[in-house]
Amino acid sequence: MSAPDFAAHPATSALVNRHRLRWWEPIPWILAIGFFYMFPRHLGFGNEMLVMVLFALSLDLVLGYAGIVTLGHAAFFGIGAYTVGLLARHGIWTEPLSGLLIAAAVAAIFGLLSGFVLLRTTGLTLLMLTLCMMLLLEEAANLGQEWTGGYDGLDNVPIDPVFGIFEFNPLYPTTQYIYILCVLFIGFLIVRTIVYSPFGESLTGIRENTLRMHAVGAPVRKRLVICYAISAAIAGVAGALWAQSNAYVNMSTLSLDRAATVLIILVLGGYGRLYGAFVGAVAYMVLSHYLAKLYPTAWQLGLGLMLMIIALFARNGIIGIFESLVARRRGKPAS
Amino acid sequence: MSETLLEARGVGKRFGALAAASDINFRLGVGARHALIGPNGAGKTTFINLLTGVLTPTQGQVFLNGDDVTNVAQAERVKRGLARTFQINRLFRGLSVLENVYIPVSEQLGAAPTMFRPAGRHKDVIEMSMNLLEMLRLQDVAAHKISELPYGRQRLVEIAIALGLAPKVLLLDEPAAGVPSAESHIILDAIARLPKDIAVLIIEHDMDLVFRFAEHITVLVGGKIFAEGTPKEIAANPDVRAVYLGQAAHG
Repeated sequence: MSAPDFAAHPATSALVNRHRLRWWEPIPWILAIGFFYMFPRHLGFGNEMLVMVLFALSLDLVLGYAGIVTLGHAAFFGIGAYTVGLLARHGIWTEPLSGLLIAAAVAAIFGLLSGFVLLRTTGLTLLMLTLCMMLLLEEAANLGQEWTGGYDGLDNVPIDPVFGIFEFNPLYPTTQYIYILCVLFIGFLIVRTIVYSPFGESLTGIRENTLRMHAVGAPVRKRLVICYAISAAIAGVAGALWAQSNAYVNMSTLSLDRAATVLIILVLGGYGRLYGAFVGAVAYMVLSHYLAKLYPTAWQLGLGLMLMIIALFARNGIIGIFESLVARRRGKPAS
Repeated sequence: MSETLLEARGVGKRFGALAAASDINFRLGVGARHALIGPNGAGKTTFINLLTGVLTPTQGQVFLNGDDVTNVAQAERVKRGLARTFQINRLFRGLSVLENVYIPVSEQLGAAPTMFRPAGRHKDVIEMSMNLLEMLRLQDVAAHKISELPYGRQRLVEIAIALGLAPKVLLLDEPAAGVPSAESHIILDAIARLPKDIAVLIIEHDMDLVFRFAEHITVLVGGKIFAEGTPKEIAANPDVRAVYLGQAAHG
């Protein structure tokens, strides 16, 4: 029995071909490039969306794939943002690309240390502990006023031109948009590669049945901590991009508001689905933008209703709706 | 008996005042086909948990391949060749049958920590997984989700996951539990076809299955060994009939 036999077996094709590029996968990137040309005056908004996509991707890795329930993921976003902001504002480091790497490293170390302690717990305890850790960091940013600017944050954060050539312009953020899009693409490739690897498969196993993973001899906590640290690094990069493109950092990067927003984005788009982060971030931000225009005082009501409908009727988010439509057309029951 | 793979020496476990297992001596050799029977609450599952390292004994020692593993963690015992199935299915319900087997096989072959190579490119893992599914006659449903399978076949996946760890010793905790009688023959067939070099210990209430499968039977009552012997000896033992077989005759 040789290997190619099984590779050709119809039963294995789903797994063997899972990582292959599908025809629709370039669509989000084409749309992102299209946005650049079609809405040159809304690139600031576009930047915000791209950063949230990257942040939501990092959350998808821990929540959607590994099943780690966290309400404090903005902690790593904030760590990345403050790392870049503090280094640049105090004149220590202003080069943007290496700044991202430093932010990623700091967030990863934080993820490793906190994950080592927090991931002994699960469920509600874990939820509360991740929340507490984020609130502690937020308070630290508030109290460290001399360095962090406290409640006002740090503004006019100086960032060098990318590759020494392309300058960040706060009014026409074209450089920022292309820069963020490129970083998002790299971040996406990393997440995509991980979730389709055996490591990703074992994370899914932990999410589906932790006890069984122990029984098959998998080092469960080690895997979770590694996954948490990688996700923290990506969230840190998202935060760093936010700080660089806006040239400021404030406590909103560390807030419960941001942590809740990214969770809503992921639920809205569909978690554990890779592209849920894209769909969710765009849907959430476009929706809240228009609702805020239409009903300036009660725009969150519309979002709340939307979220309730998703939670009640489409547990797998917007992507899940598409999946069941495709499954129905092929005559297979949706799972 | 041939070379001993798994051994319990005077193993016992107390939960407060309750002695769930006490002074159990037990040996499992290469290629053994051994059954552990006993009425409900006799301590069978506790004993399995002591052997696999889910519980630590309060007395006695456990040996695997001649090494004292009494204080060795469950995951490490798995690596040294001790695998088990569960009385109640513990499957990866949202995943396909193939993925359910892929996970333990990738652990066994050391592929599981790999991050930057797609799971589908690990041909060795897929091949070993499919070989196992073929042995258990599950290859046709390999792409199905667990939730789409009838219960009897889900029980086979339970066995497939344990076999995916390439064990030297396999502990089957009531493999036919809850399987409708119309389907139970597939479990029997699968157990009959287990590789001969694996030592198998089975816990089972289905006496039909036990007497067809086992070459040796241990009867556990009240956490203690009550009787031991070949199926013939056990069937002829009046004490065993009194405490166990008579009771189970209805089932």
